[in-house]
Order: sequence, then C-alpha cells, then structure tokens
Amino acid sequence: MSTMTFGRAINAGLRRAMDEDPKVVLIGEDIGKLGGVFRITDGLQKDFGPHRVLDSPLAEAGIMGTAVGMAYRGYRPVVEIQFDGFIYPAFDQIVCQVAKLHYRTQGAVRMPITIRVPFGGGIGSPEHHSESPEAYFTHTSGLRVVSVSNPQDAYTMIQQAIASDDPVLYFEPKRRYHVKGEVDEGIDPTVSDMGAARVVTEGTDVTLVTYGPLVPTARDAAIAAADDGLSLEVIDLRSLAPIDFATVESSVRKTGRLVVTHEAARSGGLGAEIAASITERCFDYLEHAPVRVTGFDIPYPYSKLEFHHLPDLDRILDGVDRVMRRPNSLSGLDVEGAAQ
Amino acid sequence: MTQDGDQRGQGIPGGDDAGSASGTVFPGPARAGGDDLVQLIDASGVRHPHGHYDDLVADVDGAALQKLYEDMVVVRRIDAEATALQRQGELALWPPLLGQEAAQIGSGRALRSDDFVFSSYRENAVAYCRGVDLADILRVWRGNASSGWDPYTINMATPQVIIGAQTLHATGYAMGIINDGADAVAVTYFGDGATSQGDVNEAMVFAASYQAPVVFFCQNNHWAISEPVGLQAHVPIARRAPGFGIPSVRVDGNDVLACLAVTREALARARSGGGPTFIEAVTYRMGPHTTADDPTRYRDANELEDWAARDPLARLATLLDSLGLLEADYSDSVKAKADAVAAELREGCLSMAEPVPSDVFRHVYSAPNAELDRQQDHYERYLASFAQAPQEGPR
Repeated sequence: MSTMTFGRAINAGLRRAMDEDPKVVLIGEDIGKLGGVFRITDGLQKDFGPHRVLDSPLAEAGIMGTAVGMAYRGYRPVVEIQFDGFIYPAFDQIVCQVAKLHYRTQGAVRMPITIRVPFGGGIGSPEHHSESPEAYFTHTSGLRVVSVSNPQDAYTMIQQAIASDDPVLYFEPKRRYHVKGEVDEGIDPTVSDMGAARVVTEGTDVTLVTYGPLVPTARDAAIAAADDGLSLEVIDLRSLAPIDFATVESSVRKTGRLVVTHEAARSGGLGAEIAASITERCFDYLEHAPVRVTGFDIPYPYSKLEFHHLPDLDRILDGVDRVMRRPNSLSGLDVEGAAQ
Repeated sequence: MTQDGDQRGQGIPGGDDAGSASGTVFPGPARAGGDDLVQLIDASGVRHPHGHYDDLVADVDGAALQKLYEDMVVVRRIDAEATALQRQGELALWPPLLGQEAAQIGSGRALRSDDFVFSSYRENAVAYCRGVDLADILRVWRGNASSGWDPYTINMATPQVIIGAQTLHATGYAMGIINDGADAVAVTYFGDGATSQGDVNEAMVFAASYQAPVVFFCQNNHWAISEPVGLQAHVPIARRAPGFGIPSVRVDGNDVLACLAVTREALARARSGGGPTFIEAVTYRMGPHTTADDPTRYRDANELEDWAARDPLARLATLLDSLGLLEADYSDSVKAKADAVAAELREGCLSMAEPVPSDVFRHVYSAPNAELDRQQDHYERYLASFAQAPQEGPR
C-alpha cells in the first residue's frame, strides 16, 4: 500500500498494463517526452520506447481511426484525448467504428481500445477544457463508459479497461488529479468488476448517486447531512454504461428516495436515465419523485462563473431537502413541505 | 459540358491520346505529382512499351493476361447477376462496379495473402481476388447481416460505408505492421469523393509521419453519386499526396496491366521500408451509384459513350485477339466460368440462412451486459406471447 496522487495512480496502472502485455500501445498528443499536459503518461515513452508511446499528429479523428487499425492488427491501443472538448473530431470514428465493429463483424473483430478523457470543470480553464460529454457515449451501444473517483479505482480500473475486449471510455476527473490516496499496487485487477457500483457511505434516508469528480462532494454532503439528522447512502456508479442498476435499486428500495448529481447538463443526461429506470423498477418504493442536481443546460461557462454551474455541497443538500419534502430553495423558506 | 470540361483541363484520359503520356511515377516527396497517366494498354487494345513499368510486369505472359481477362469477365458477371437479383427483389440494394474492373483486378491481383485490405463498399472485385465466398458479398445487401465475412479469413475488412473512414484504419494497421517487424502492407481503397474527407487527409498525415506501409488506392470514377470530381478537386487528385510527403502516381484505371504495375511498385516500396504511396486510378463508374440511383438525372449520355469506348474489358480482349489468345476454346471457358460463378452466386443468395429475431442482440459486446440481457429477455417474452394467441401478430 502506498500513497499517491490520482494522476500518479493512472500512470502506475498504465505502466503495469504495458509491462504485462506488449500489445498495449499508447497514442495521443504530447504524451511522449512531455508526458501529457497533465503528466499522466510521464516517463512511459522513455521506458517503453516511441513505438509503444506514440506522440501523434494533432488530429483526434486520426488518432482514433489509426487506433482502430491497430486494434484490427491485434493491438490494445490506449488513446489519450487531451481535453474533453477535443473529443468531437473523433466522435465519428468512436460512434461509427469503435462502437460498432464487433457487432458489424458478428464478433470477428474486437476493439479493445481504451479512450482516456480528462473531463469535468473546476480548473479555471477557457472554453472546451471543462466539459462532461459522457452522455454522448453512454447513448452509444457497443461502448463501455466508466468514470473513476479515487486513486485506487483509477489504478485498478485503467487496467480493467485495457484488459476489456470491448472499447472503454475512461473518464478522469481532471480537477481531482492531485488528490492523494492509498493505492494497493498488489491488487489483482481481474478479481473485481469494473461494471460494479460502489457504496461509498451507507445510509437509510436518501440514496445519492454520482460518479467521477462529484463523489468526494457527495461524501461531504453525507457528512453534512448527518449533522442535520439525515442518513445518506452515497453510490459511486463507476460504470456509466452499463449502469449497475441492481446496486442502485436495492439502495432505493431501502431509502425510498433518490437524488442524482453530475456536472453534465441535465437534459438527456445520466440523471434522466437513472431517474427513469429507477422509477420504472421501484416506483412502489418511492416516497418522492427522483431529484436531479446537475449542471444547467448551457454551454460550459467562463471560469469566473463555473462554480455557479457546477453542483456543489449546498446544491446537493438542497436537492436532498427537496426529496425529503423539507424547506428548500424551491419551496420557499416559510412553506413547510411544499411541492417542488 | 462533359466531365472533361468540369476537370478544368486537367487531362483526364482521352483514349488514345492518354497513351502518349510519358506516365512516370513520382519517386518521392521532393517531386510534385504530375498529371500524366501511366498506361501500358491503350483504349484500342494496343500494348505500348514503357521504360519504367515494363519491368514490373515482365512476368505477365499470355496466360497471365488471359487470367486477368477472365477475372474481369467474372466480376462483371457477378455485378450483372447481383443487379438482376436486386431487380428481382432478392437484394435491397447493390452498388455496381461496372467500368472499374481493371482498377480493382489489376490492384487486387498485385497483393499478397498477408496484406490487408480496407475498402469501401464497391470493391467487390477486390473481395473476389481475396477469395471471398461469393454469397458473402451479398449478405449485407440482402439485409441478412451488417457485414459479409470474417475479415481475418481473407485479410480484408468488410465494406466501409462511412466515406473515407477506412483509410485511417489501414494506416493504423500499417503502424501495427511496423511494430510487428513484418513486411505486409495495408491497402486502402476509396473514391474521388472520399478525398474531400478529413479522415483521408489525416490518414495521409499519419502515414507520412510514421512512414507506414500503406497504399492509398483512389479510384477516381468521376462521380460521387451526382457530384462530379471537378466539384471536389480543382487539380488532379494525385497531386495532393506529395504535399503530405507521399509519392503519388496517376494510372489509367481502365488498363489492368498498368494498375497491376503501379500497385506492385507501391507494395514493393512499402515492404522495403519506403513508406506510403498514393495511387490515383482514373476510371469511370459506368453504372449508377447504387441500384437506387438514376444517373440520367445528372450526367450526359455522351459522357457514358466516351467512356464505353475505353472499356477495360474490351481493350484487353482486343489485345488478346491480336496476340492470338482469344480463340474459341478460351472464350468458351471464360464464359463457362462466369456462368458457373453467377449460378453459384445466385444459389448462395437464395439459400442464405435467415437471421432470427434474437440475433439483433448478439455481438453488441464481447462480454455479457445485464441491461441488454434484460431487454432481450423482455422482447423474447413479448414475442413468445404471440405464440399463445396465434390469431394475433405484431401489427
């Protein structure tokens, strides 16, 4: 067990995957000598050589399309998309090729490609550097989508993503790269399931579902709510496609209340899917309609206002109040138990 | 205005006059691509000596020429049979290659079995060269599957529908060949329209950057559905490649021997570490884009006549005849082969196993997926519910 930053944990996981399988190759912009703009691939080109850690031309469709070709040839490419907002030129290759080739060829061609995407806001960047595009990909059949929230998961799940014979979008919460945590590097990544959600804190009153950068915020919300006499069960989804509905469902059957929070815009987002699916599956257990606490349906705003867009501790607690029919921002302070 | 006019005088082959072209290859990135066509057999079936390319086809004797002719007759027959099957309602759609037989057979016969092809949807003759099971060519167009064959059995990816996307796959595959230390080559086929796509241009950037063993085989068939090549290219397409640092060559795409020669040269360059080559095979799509298309709405009948006079099969037949290689026995055997292939194709089409409803859920992922399993379970129970009420069916 050692203490390392989130970013270092991904680096260690990549290194181990490359050590164990010579078919694992990394391709992306600035990932060689520089080690990536976030230094996630630091030192890997030096140790594994330029044929396994490829600095690519600045063309995301080209990176993704050549990764498809390498996968055809039996490689396991790990693609780095430098920032979330730069993934769109590669969208066609991801949606039309990476996601569909296994289906198209009736299983003959596998696409074991891992697409690493630093995502989410909170780092004061200009436009295109703070987006949460995960729902575009969870809507696309044939892809697996995961988001990691802590160094241990980052270390384990990058190896699981690379080992997956299906393509995986691996979303890294960039504002948490410098968070430190305990990482057991001896862990065998094959014994756990990347698709399983994790109960972060157990609780009995409200199920609070989230993933990626908001997991620490949700955990803080649970601590704050406890002071107020409320018991929150926080679930870190980890896998966004497929979603481990069984874990969410059993929690909601216990609590009767669901709050979902994510940085991404609301409409058509993960929160909508989770609210709808849980309502279908455990309507009779619900004490209140599911509540979503999300980014607004706006382009990601300029950095001085980004924390008005991003759900924070107080907005999550406001959502918890709503699902508890307590006074909240929508009910008005003097209207006890009013509708939302 | 004919297509030549739309080309702004770029010297699209004019039958015999194209034979006067010097037809040199552009040896490297230092030299800008020119517009001359490599041609060994002109439109009237006359074999012209060539200072550079004759050596590359020195082994092509009379028997080999006869085999190339047979190939072209057979694939034209496959094309006609598939068009007939579409008209008879057995195929939903078919993309004919009529007119492009020489480009596809000449290049396809240059390949080694361990080379890997990434094509568009019109390269049925290339698939034939790779040894595809005939019915597999039709599987997609009959609607029975999203692709016809296991790419690894014939080292050819299944047809790509997204225009130009396959050029990147070929380049990435070639990058893998480098890492493997192998001397195979990835060959990608695409059309003049595809050269406008970002993917094709990015593929050339990547191929040049990594000196990948990939051959870009562009069939300029003059039409991207209804849009003439002049709308997409103001200069000959082959001229673009040297700007990426990729040597290029323009070849008469209706001359099977010239197509064989330039492809062999490109493959040899790639195998020996010389990196990518761009080939522009100037040919003509004599049929519609697909059986759903109506080219009379957008192109001049005279243009089709002009190109019919440069027919790839007719010119080789003339050459064979002049060499005394088109005797009745041979012609009869070619016809018999084409008839047999067409019969096999038709039989394979009509006897193709029908998919079952649960097949729609198969192979989305390689591993089990709980949500998808749930949807499949619900749908199968829904379908089973009709069995209990046989008067009712899905409406």
